Amino acid sequence: MANADLVVIEGSNMAEAHPVGFQWVMEAKKRGAKVIHIDPRFTRTSANADRHIAIRAGTDIVLLGAVIRHVLENELYFKEYVQAYTNASTIIAEDYADTEDLDGLFSGYDPETGTYDNSSWSYDGPQDRLDRGLPERDETMQHPRSVLQILRRHYARYTPELVEATCGISREEFEYLADAVAENSGRDRTTVFAYALGWTQHQGGPQMIRTASVLQLLMGNIGRPGGGVMALRGHATIQGSTDIPTLYHILPGYLPMPKVGQDDFHEFTRAIGKKEQKGYWANAENYTTSLLKAWWGDAATAENDFGYHYLPKLTGAHGTYQTTMRMNEGGVDGYFLYGQNPAVGSANGRLQRKGMAQLKWMVVRDFYMIESATFWKDGPEIESGELRTEEIGTEMFFLPAANHTEKAGSFTQTQRMVQWRDQAVHPPGDAQSDLQFTYELGKRVREKLKDSTDERDRPILELTWDYPTDENGEPDAEAVLAEINGRHLSGEKAGQPLSSFNEMKADGSTDGGCWIYAGVYADGVNQARRRTPGSEQDEIAAEWGWAWPANRRILYNRASADPQGRPWSERKKLVWWDEEAGRWTGDDVPDFPITKRPDDPGDPDAGGAAALAGNDAFTMQADGRGWLFGATGMVDGPLPTHYEAPESNVRNPLYTQQSNPTRVTFIDEDNLSSPGAMGEGGSVYPHVFTTYRITEHHTAGGMSRFLPYLVELQPQMYCEVSPELAEEAGLEPYGWATIISARSAIEAKVLVTERMKPIRTGDSTVHQIGMPFHFGRGHEAIVQGDGANDLIGMNLDANVQIQNSKNNSCAIRPGRRPRGPALRELVDDYRRRAGILPAEQAQVDGGGVDPVGGGPVDGFSPASVRGPLEAGAVPDNNPSMKELDNR
Amino acid sequence: MGSKTFLDWPVIRQLRGADPTGRGTSVTSQRTRDLEPRTADADGVAQSICPYCAVGCGQRIFHKDGKVIQIEGDPDSPVSRGRLCPKGAASEQLANSKHRQTTVRYRRPYGTDWEDLDLDTAMDMIADRFIEARRRHWEAEDSQGRPLRRTMGIASLGGATIDNEENYLIKKFFTAAGAIQIENQARI
Repeated sequence: MANADLVVIEGSNMAEAHPVGFQWVMEAKKRGAKVIHIDPRFTRTSANADRHIAIRAGTDIVLLGAVIRHVLENELYFKEYVQAYTNASTIIAEDYADTEDLDGLFSGYDPETGTYDNSSWSYDGPQDRLDRGLPERDETMQHPRSVLQILRRHYARYTPELVEATCGISREEFEYLADAVAENSGRDRTTVFAYALGWTQHQGGPQMIRTASVLQLLMGNIGRPGGGVMALRGHATIQGSTDIPTLYHILPGYLPMPKVGQDDFHEFTRAIGKKEQKGYWANAENYTTSLLKAWWGDAATAENDFGYHYLPKLTGAHGTYQTTMRMNEGGVDGYFLYGQNPAVGSANGRLQRKGMAQLKWMVVRDFYMIESATFWKDGPEIESGELRTEEIGTEMFFLPAANHTEKAGSFTQTQRMVQWRDQAVHPPGDAQSDLQFTYELGKRVREKLKDSTDERDRPILELTWDYPTDENGEPDAEAVLAEINGRHLSGEKAGQPLSSFNEMKADGSTDGGCWIYAGVYADGVNQARRRTPGSEQDEIAAEWGWAWPANRRILYNRASADPQGRPWSERKKLVWWDEEAGRWTGDDVPDFPITKRPDDPGDPDAGGAAALAGNDAFTMQADGRGWLFGATGMVDGPLPTHYEAPESNVRNPLYTQQSNPTRVTFIDEDNLSSPGAMGEGGSVYPHVFTTYRITEHHTAGGMSRFLPYLVELQPQMYCEVSPELAEEAGLEPYGWATIISARSAIEAKVLVTERMKPIRTGDSTVHQIGMPFHFGRGHEAIVQGDGANDLIGMNLDANVQIQNSKNNSCAIRPGRRPRGPALRELVDDYRRRAGILPAEQAQVDGGGVDPVGGGPVDGFSPASVRGPLEAGAVPDNNPSMKELDNR
Repeated sequence: MGSKTFLDWPVIRQLRGADPTGRGTSVTSQRTRDLEPRTADADGVAQSICPYCAVGCGQRIFHKDGKVIQIEGDPDSPVSRGRLCPKGAASEQLANSKHRQTTVRYRRPYGTDWEDLDLDTAMDMIADRFIEARRRHWEAEDSQGRPLRRTMGIASLGGATIDNEENYLIKKFFTAAGAIQIENQARI
């Protein structure tokens, strides 16, 4: 980021949420960069920016779509980059229809299931050419069905006037942003975008992120120093826990979990990547086989497809919110919490706690008595009388966990860099690492099942589960890292660690638990533990930690050079072709086959890396190009399109289709939504609330509300409101307010501040209310407070099954909330007035066509909710799946 | 104090030393000069990484007698250059807060309070319950007879605040057991 000429921070309050990372924004500013902050609130990030632009929450696609229109209409995009490295010249199939043609829907929509069949979004050309990543192209980008022209038409109505009326951003502010992006892109300059959960936590959040990617591709800002779209993630290894996932939909290294019916191993790997396609996904079979070998060792053979059939199959989305619903139905017996506090941190806290009260047993592994460990005795529902301790049958095991100083292991930070931690001390008392707990649990289960002849127990019994331990029974984390890295199993290198994923084989002669991490243990050295001081290295700091893949710090950095392999400019050089040496070189590890010439035509018959042409900079994409148009990968459309949030009181200015037609919800009396602009009752919840992190607290407070220093700094739950709203609602500064949504009501201290501004949209005014989400109710933390997440519904984005947290509707009134049963009476009173109590109205939310899982509440059977499966990280040419159970 | 001479007078020290503005060494007292950082007698220092957000700031963990005594930013880190935010700077309390739980706690079904439980017994009970929940909610195939090989009776949440190696073992073991509802903060 320090190398950027323009830093646009949107959907993030980086200065407060990532203060130490923010030093690099300040560094860029010192070097002359401009900083623009786009956010509903004025924060410390805004204070340090050249310009703060206040935006109505959830309208980011309108704003950035208008910037895209601006650069296209005025020919300000980086034409040479776009032509060479993106799919702008690719011709799209004739039967593709855009949201501009179908009033807010793309072709292929099935209103019955609320999903798309994406087959019409495909590239044009004969199938065997498409399989090789060679679609029809028009290099002039003038063909009416070329991506560039489709893009032009798609955003034609995203005008500055629309921005003004929809986002509440003036023409002058818009032009400031658009000019800044245009001026700070091209050969000699780069722009970086940074975002956080202010984009992610929306229905449509992934498409907001994609809008930035489309713009960055158009401006030539991907794969170059000071470019990119930077995700500012919020947990020490939330990146690592996505790479090596504790997530339902993927296996390590973004390999998908198999779905029901995928009973042929080769078809499964082919669906990930075809051998004849371009780039590194062509080797999907090597990666998958190596993973299976790591898990099932000698029991994984070519004859049994390396144990592929041991893997459980998905039948739809099985995300944490689907699990919450299943819990509430009594369908889950046991629940493990590894340092997570859903009673406070997950949407619709009340349903979380009620779900946990339905379990048979629960294991909580934490440092402190978090609210998820004590909901049965001091949760809000005990106080309100909804639940009684003596009637909750959940058997609770609280197991104290070792903290980061008490165990060795690695975290992967937000730029994919793996950093090892040494152990400083031993954990106290019964406290153990999660490594030891999981290893021990596995050993005990294996021991208890050891005489089983049941076929279903074989995957457990044949699992490789033997790690060296120290005198306290603590497994050697480095041995686990070595397994993740992978080994040669036969041949002259047998036993040696892999040095790169290119060494992985599909014949069972290698193993490796996460292909993208291959190399982290190269030469038997823990590369993540490298600690050459930053002061002794250049800016790339390649000898501090290790970044996947291949210790590469900037992905797709082939694009930092022009098609001929020369740096775009001296100022922005990173990786280039060295004609004399006949190889790619530079400051970073080149993201390209190292000796492939820039003018290499590629070998279409070879597939994989060999098939890449010398300017196919996007080495993971099946066509070698950066995707302006996403033919696959997103379940709600190939191009980002603006929809209003499900509870929005503003009509979609672009389409009859009010909200995202693929949105997912759960129809339940405890998960109701305001009808918003689509029903009269929407005015009962007239304001928008948005949630955020503050510097002194962490997520659900499990690691901050128990620390004296931090609670002294931030002792209390509060809400930020504008002076205008305070006046209108009669709120006193530092007094109490009660905030009521269709789910629940909470109380918070009132902070009246001009940092919050009413937003004018058309002829109406939208008030936005800000709330930190760190507080929860229990008796054990040093401070408690009402949880903002109790207000939020489980309304999910269909691509990622993440909830819409940043843009929901509420009412606000002065004073504290009622105690006891009167709380639910208050919530019901508002619901009645809004006409959303199930007995009175069957409408699901304000989004127009019912969301996935929609339909009348009467006779609703939760188990039959349908929804699209989460979009895989891997682009494929298969039609998106339909008719899957949502559970 | 008896050894104090004319030359030790603060104003004289200020004038004759390298501290003409009188804001540094010339005005420090003997007591201040005798102070030592609490890290000075640490048994050792471990290089570590901050456990809060994903910036990945370097930490130095000073420890003595098997206890963490101080956590500081690591100036060697090219990411953080020695800085920590309030959370990272407070992380010594993460280890030493008096609210820290260090023993197993157990609440029986319908119970009204916590009880003590031996760790070994707890592990055995959890393993039994794991096997039982897995069995009770086992789904061998779907309604069309296609293999599922899974259990819906077990769920897990968490991973973003623990180690990569820990995530790996959780995913590996739970998947082998057929438990698919394995999730973490990345979904939230």
